[in-house]
Amino acid sequence: MSKIIVHQNAVKGKSHDALIKVCPFNAIESDGKEISINSGCRMCKICVKRYPDVFEFVEEKVAEIDKSKWRGIAVYIDHIEDSIHPVSFELIGKAREMAAKIGHPVYCLLMGSKVGSMAEELLHYGADGVYLYDKPELLHFRIEPYTAVFEDFINRIKPSIVLVGGTTVGRSLAPRVAARFRTGLTADCTMLDVQKNTDLDQIRPAYGGNIMAHIHTPNHRPQFATVRYKIFDAPERQDDASGKPEYLDIGSDKLASRIKVLEVKKKEKVKSIEDADVIVVAGRAFKKEDDLSIAYELADLLGGMVAVTRPLIEAGWADPRLQIGLSGRTVKPKLIITCGVSGAIQFVAGMNNADTVIAINKDPKAQIFSVAHYAVIGDIYEILPEMIGKLRALKTNNR
Amino acid sequence: MNITVCIKQVPGTSEVEIDEKTGVLKREGIDSKMNPYDLYALETALRIKSDKNAGLRVISMGPPQAEAVIREAYMMGADEGYLLTDRKFAGADVLATSYALSQGIRSLGHSDLIITGKMTTDGDTAQVGPEIAEYLQIPHVANVLRILELNEKSITVEMNMAESVEIQEVLLPCLITVEKDIYQPRLPSFKLKLKTADRPVHYITFNDLEDKDESHYGLKGSPTQVLKIFPPPAKTTSERWEGKGEELGQRLAEKLHELKFI
Ligand SMILES: Cc1cc2nc3c(=O)[nH]c(=O)nc-3n(C[C@H](O)[C@H](O)[C@H](O)COP(=O)(O)OP(=O)(O)OC[C@H]3O[C@@H](n4cnc5c(N)ncnc54)[C@H](O)[C@@H]3O)c2cc1C
Ligand SMILES: Nc1ncnc2c1ncn2[C@@H]1O[C@H](COP(=O)(O)O)[C@@H](O)[C@H]1O
Repeated sequence: MSKIIVHQNAVKGKSHDALIKVCPFNAIESDGKEISINSGCRMCKICVKRYPDVFEFVEEKVAEIDKSKWRGIAVYIDHIEDSIHPVSFELIGKAREMAAKIGHPVYCLLMGSKVGSMAEELLHYGADGVYLYDKPELLHFRIEPYTAVFEDFINRIKPSIVLVGGTTVGRSLAPRVAARFRTGLTADCTMLDVQKNTDLDQIRPAYGGNIMAHIHTPNHRPQFATVRYKIFDAPERQDDASGKPEYLDIGSDKLASRIKVLEVKKKEKVKSIEDADVIVVAGRAFKKEDDLSIAYELADLLGGMVAVTRPLIEAGWADPRLQIGLSGRTVKPKLIITCGVSGAIQFVAGMNNADTVIAINKDPKAQIFSVAHYAVIGDIYEILPEMIGKLRALKTNNR
Repeated sequence: MNITVCIKQVPGTSEVEIDEKTGVLKREGIDSKMNPYDLYALETALRIKSDKNAGLRVISMGPPQAEAVIREAYMMGADEGYLLTDRKFAGADVLATSYALSQGIRSLGHSDLIITGKMTTDGDTAQVGPEIAEYLQIPHVANVLRILELNEKSITVEMNMAESVEIQEVLLPCLITVEKDIYQPRLPSFKLKLKTADRPVHYITFNDLEDKDESHYGLKGSPTQVLKIFPPPAKTTSERWEGKGEELGQRLAEKLHELKFI
């Protein structure tokens, strides 16, 4: 088994404390005499890099699988009733980009009840094949039948890579299917690429977004990755449809479930910040809740929405669905104006793909400026009212 | 009725930075705490324990110092705590972690209901719960907002979906992952701290597990591997604007006009 071994004679003369601190996962321990590696180890090999004399990585060769038996990049098509979740299109775009590099086809997997019209729509996005399972048992998302269908699809088509949107359904389904195939899954990837040997390069933020991790699945197929909405760009819809949907069948006995759906309650529809082209973000610089009216006024003028940082959610000043960041939403608007936001890494993780970033902050050293296209140093209470007045004037002149 | 809750110890702070030259993490202390999302899982179980007189076990996989979160669970009211710890588990990714946990849970005997947090703040994958359920071959429901009913045979829950709430009735045994805010977690109690001070934390090692094939655990049982870690890319060249507030406001408005946002 591959492992990291500790050369105790090289430990002598070194501070155990210093050695322990090298590990981001607290996996190095000392009993006063010897240094050892415990079960917290993730084999990131930072210790090996830092103290090559003490820590050594020994690798054991394992039998390699035949990767050529797995072909194609499959995208799971998530849908809410009869509309396709837009993250699915974004994934088709990414899949096509990668498939072109390795000469593989792109497949869509669609499951549900009466989903034929959605399949037709998918043909306009350049997939090579749309496979669909249309069964009454699949009307509602229930984990066992959905997993069974996914399993059936993989066994028949044998895709090398499977991409799933990081939606509520995707985040529940993808791990279940990946575990069934005893294969790897990387959640919430922010960058994807593919090697000539079809290995998927999966890059995701780790450690609360402070670090990026580059992950691969060298000896298992299929390779699973989930990606959140608004990370990649959706391809343009083509007028011409290509190919035709192919219906696959699965025996009803395989769709048995221990789950019964008693009721589906619609949530009241709120426009989500993920869909806004322009976002004005209010940060902790806003001294009281009433002052947020300035942010709302600015957003209204620009036809956009207001979003906030986490402290404002904690203060109860806004609906949690308006939070941007690692524990909130990821947004990718055309324009984002942050007002009195420091730019903590957990916040930035949710917005640094915006096309244009304007940051207003009175602290010239604010971290947010490192991701801003326009770094505006000043007080929001002076700048925003002036800006609103001028915008209003420009708008009237425009008419 | 037996409930098992999965809890994990995570770093106490997310303020870690990486040194670009050496690739080494810069850390202030190494304090750690219970994964905040697991507090909600534990609270959910504690309510069921007092409602239904259920037995409540917690299980965690981690290094020996993770005993601390099991102690904390005792202070909140858990009956028994198990720590899955062995060098053979080192280097585990999601799959190997879930597998080891599922083996650990099996070794405890029957669980009617398994509850996990929605996600961890260090792994942040939300995958471990569903994968455990797959290994145990029981149904799962993720993102549970509320428990509407629980009896000897089944549990009825509200599942949080993007645009709807689905009410599902699931036969036991099953696994649920709970949303935060399902219940407000209680604080550890000083009384329980004293009362449980001598209560042992049971260690589960590789030898206690039913499956003794080493290749299913740790690094060897992990299909994914971390190739490297690196700091997030620094961004874009930017224009810096300084000056009087009024001027900046005017300039911004003109800029937005120029960029055709108005
Ligand atoms: C695991 C984890 C997850 C997290 N997830 C998120 C998340 O999803 N989203 C999120 O937002 N946060 C998240 N956080 C919190 C995050 O670390 C920061 O604490 C938060 O983003 C800070 O919000 P802020 O910028 O509004 O406030 P502050 O950091 O307090 O910044 C306020 C800024 O306003 C400036 N300012 C003050 N007054 C004025 C004025 N009059 N005019 C102009 N500028 C002014 C100050 O210079 C300062 O830079 C998370 C933290 C953790 C640990
Ligand atoms: N090492 C672990 N020990 C016990 N439970 C865990 C462990 N890792 C994850 N979990 C559980 O799985 C949930 C999801 O974790 P994750 O997939 O890492 O986001 C957590 O909230 C825990 O309940």
